[in-house]
Amino acid sequence: MTDDELIWRIAGGSGDGIASTSQNFAKALMRSGLDVFTHRHYPSRIRGGHTYTEVRAAPDGVTSRGDGYDFLLALGDSFARNPQEEAYYGTEEIKPLSENLDDLREGGVIVYDSGLIDADEVPNFDQRVEENDWHVFPLDLRGLAREKGREVMRNTAGVGATCAIADIPVEAIEELMTDAMPEKILEPNLEILNEAYDAVLEDYDLSGVEVSCPEGEHEEEQVLVNGSEGIAYGAFDEGCRFIAGYPMTPWTEVFTIMSKVLPDVGGISEQVEDEIAAASLAIGAAHTGVKAMSGSSGGGFALMSEPLGLAEMSETPIVLLEAARAGPSTGMPTKPEQADLEHVLYTSQGDSNRVVFAPADPAEAYDHARRAFQIAYEYQIPTIILYDQKLSGEYRNVPASHFDREPNPDIGQTLTEDQIAEAPHEPGGKFQRFRHEPEDGVSPRSVPGQKGGRFLASGNEHNEAGHISEDPDNRVAQVDRRSRKLESIREELNEDGLNVNYGPEDADYGVLAFGSMVGTVEEAVDRLNDDGESVKALAVGELAPFPEGEVREFIESVDRVMVVEMNASAQFRGLTQKQLGEYGPKLSSLLKYNGNPFEPGEIVEGFHNTVDGEETTDHQTTFVPAAGD
Amino acid sequence: MSAFSAIGEEREIEQDEYTPGIEPQPTWCPGCGDFGVLKALKGALPEAGRTPDETLTVTGIGCSGKLNSYFNSYGFHTIHGRALPVARAAKLANPGLEVIAAGGDGDGYGIGGNHFMHTARENHDFTYIVFNNEIFGLTKGQTSPTSPKGHKSKTQPHGSAKEPIRPLSMALNAGASFVARTAAVNPNQAKELIKEAIEHDGFAHIDFLTQCPTWNKDAKQYVPYIDVNENDDYEFDPTNRDEAAAMMRETEESLHEGKVLTGKYYVDEGRPSYQQEKQNIGEMPDEPLAERYFDDDYDWERSADMFIDDHK
Repeated sequence: MTDDELIWRIAGGSGDGIASTSQNFAKALMRSGLDVFTHRHYPSRIRGGHTYTEVRAAPDGVTSRGDGYDFLLALGDSFARNPQEEAYYGTEEIKPLSENLDDLREGGVIVYDSGLIDADEVPNFDQRVEENDWHVFPLDLRGLAREKGREVMRNTAGVGATCAIADIPVEAIEELMTDAMPEKILEPNLEILNEAYDAVLEDYDLSGVEVSCPEGEHEEEQVLVNGSEGIAYGAFDEGCRFIAGYPMTPWTEVFTIMSKVLPDVGGISEQVEDEIAAASLAIGAAHTGVKAMSGSSGGGFALMSEPLGLAEMSETPIVLLEAARAGPSTGMPTKPEQADLEHVLYTSQGDSNRVVFAPADPAEAYDHARRAFQIAYEYQIPTIILYDQKLSGEYRNVPASHFDREPNPDIGQTLTEDQIAEAPHEPGGKFQRFRHEPEDGVSPRSVPGQKGGRFLASGNEHNEAGHISEDPDNRVAQVDRRSRKLESIREELNEDGLNVNYGPEDADYGVLAFGSMVGTVEEAVDRLNDDGESVKALAVGELAPFPEGEVREFIESVDRVMVVEMNASAQFRGLTQKQLGEYGPKLSSLLKYNGNPFEPGEIVEGFHNTVDGEETTDHQTTFVPAAGD
Repeated sequence: MSAFSAIGEEREIEQDEYTPGIEPQPTWCPGCGDFGVLKALKGALPEAGRTPDETLTVTGIGCSGKLNSYFNSYGFHTIHGRALPVARAAKLANPGLEVIAAGGDGDGYGIGGNHFMHTARENHDFTYIVFNNEIFGLTKGQTSPTSPKGHKSKTQPHGSAKEPIRPLSMALNAGASFVARTAAVNPNQAKELIKEAIEHDGFAHIDFLTQCPTWNKDAKQYVPYIDVNENDDYEFDPTNRDEAAAMMRETEESLHEGKVLTGKYYVDEGRPSYQQEKQNIGEMPDEPLAERYFDDDYDWERSADMFIDDHK
């Protein structure tokens, strides 16, 4: 138990409003001046099933879920009951309580809805409470909600109880509810909130409870944003006004945001028959000069393989998203994994020409989305943002000023009609859209409807005007020019700082990570250094073209490196070795693929494993030693 | 002022403007029906008043996919079966373009069948020409979705056990608002039907019978053909859905009995195009989206102004 943070977990049935309640709670704490981080866990079902969201709050910097948590609000699963038979599906209804006990820290708090959950049905409950010194508050939240309003408002009652126990000013929640709720339901909710708050203070002696919410202060105004929102807003500010997609968890979140906002600004959103069509529509729109995107998750992205290759070959600028989830095949649709890395890098036939970004948090999601559009349109190349279910729904506070930037609708080297008139044409009259000679690899384009700009775009290898050509000299010239684009992009990205160094520069050991695991690695690095170890991390945000210089420098600067990733086949370590051509004996791997993201403590333990050769006691992670160890 | 001065330009258009200045050697075999499509299209576009620079031909893969290699307009030679989704987005992004999609029977009715169904259902405002030679030509003569039952090929050595696709009926049922069949051997009818298809506001599907003299020697050259709109033996009203459906069914069945029926089978001028439908619900911009990126005066919206307050 620490004084300087609160990790609050709200658990209940999927469909019980856990997500919105936790979001409001996180926002209230953010407004009070704390840094916040949310971690959600949910099944692939519409209603029912065990779901929870954690809100972690601390005064300065939260970049990860914690190890365990200290406050459980167990609401009961209202969808677990079979209304026809008055029966329970096993012990579903008590799961919000029973399933969350393993991670609850010693001295932690349990508030559970005694109106829905019978603690006697939880095996060894009393014994575990005593052993762990938990403080238990059985409250009839449902009864209170029914009495003052409607049953669904029991979430509010739970939040009221939380405020009383964790010493959170109830006004913070009141203010937020006033902003967020329609008037009709606001009054009863406020009443229920206060009633629960007062009831706890009246009925319980809280002097023994050590769990409390810290206080903090921000230097500037903050906003609560998740990864999907970050990506969508980044795309929006780059002038993306066309999206095509097919629903698939978790990519749907970005698709939903864009579909809501685009029509209001004269943009176009298309929900289409499949992901092949979705990516093809993005290509069709981009071909006419519009800034366009599409995306999917693992299986849907697999369907985009062939259009992705078409975008590469026809040099059509599009941005694709890949919101990875646990695979193979349908895998675990609502669980995060980083096992689509190789899929995204290599799918589609032929030598690939693509750029892949991997943001680590919601602020980076915004930055990378903007960069992805800039690179795509500047270099006429498909760019992909690889993220995952974790980052997709993970909320963090970000300074509001982070988003206060100028829009950029620029579509790259696209000629005007006057410029086309001056530009080289083939003797037959067609505009030479694919010239061999540009140094940076980028041959300016025209778009349909422009006078004098006719050319053929093709998935076939083609000559300078776009006509199908299998001439060897032309082939080599075109392949080389397309490759030069990647070299130019690498040079441009070297100035960007999208790969982030963390920890003491002169550290002895290194941790390498990409994407959504970065925040957790950072916390582990902090803890290790606090414990007297000497560790730093490199978060790689650009996966292709690979930042060879930066990664090599990092690996060279330390004695050993542990590569942390959420998959079973150590894909990121493999990529690093392939790109750098060495370091097999220097790189170990810490892997996790059980459907849950790493906790910082697991990385700390993995580090001791790689450095001290300690046996791991955690069977949810897998340690793979460096070659020769 | 438009960034696309070719769009909507009013002038006399010569048929040979659609012939490339240096004509590439076609990869089509002598006697191939694909030449008929090329000729009909070159004839129809000037009559419909559309210029090469405002025309975008989007093709799939196969002999048919080479159409825009021999045709002087903006072109996009896409991948197998995917011409329609590329064409749809181009038309939505810049509705002023004259978009012509084309592909073969394998491309459109086989691998791209899902897109065909949904494009017809949504009634996108462009013309789709399917080169139907009842065979896979470019890959050297395999049985295709329109090959007749019993058709023998190297991939179906015992003869196909499958009934062929019924392309006209499929288009009608999926929602196409203009459905026609023509044949390469009938260039005047082909040109007229393509012109009508171009002028139609909605998805216009033309099943274009193109004989393959190399790989489908057994098949008829689609002669003699009968124009069901002209021939007195056939009486039906193409604006009547039930009568159109019956005529289509007879046409599809008689093809393999040696009777080649062609003509305009169905037209529904009343059904709004997809673009109009989207405009009706406020999901389509009034001005072409493609113009905005060339408009230096456009005041681009920012997330900071539109969304960020909700996150405070």
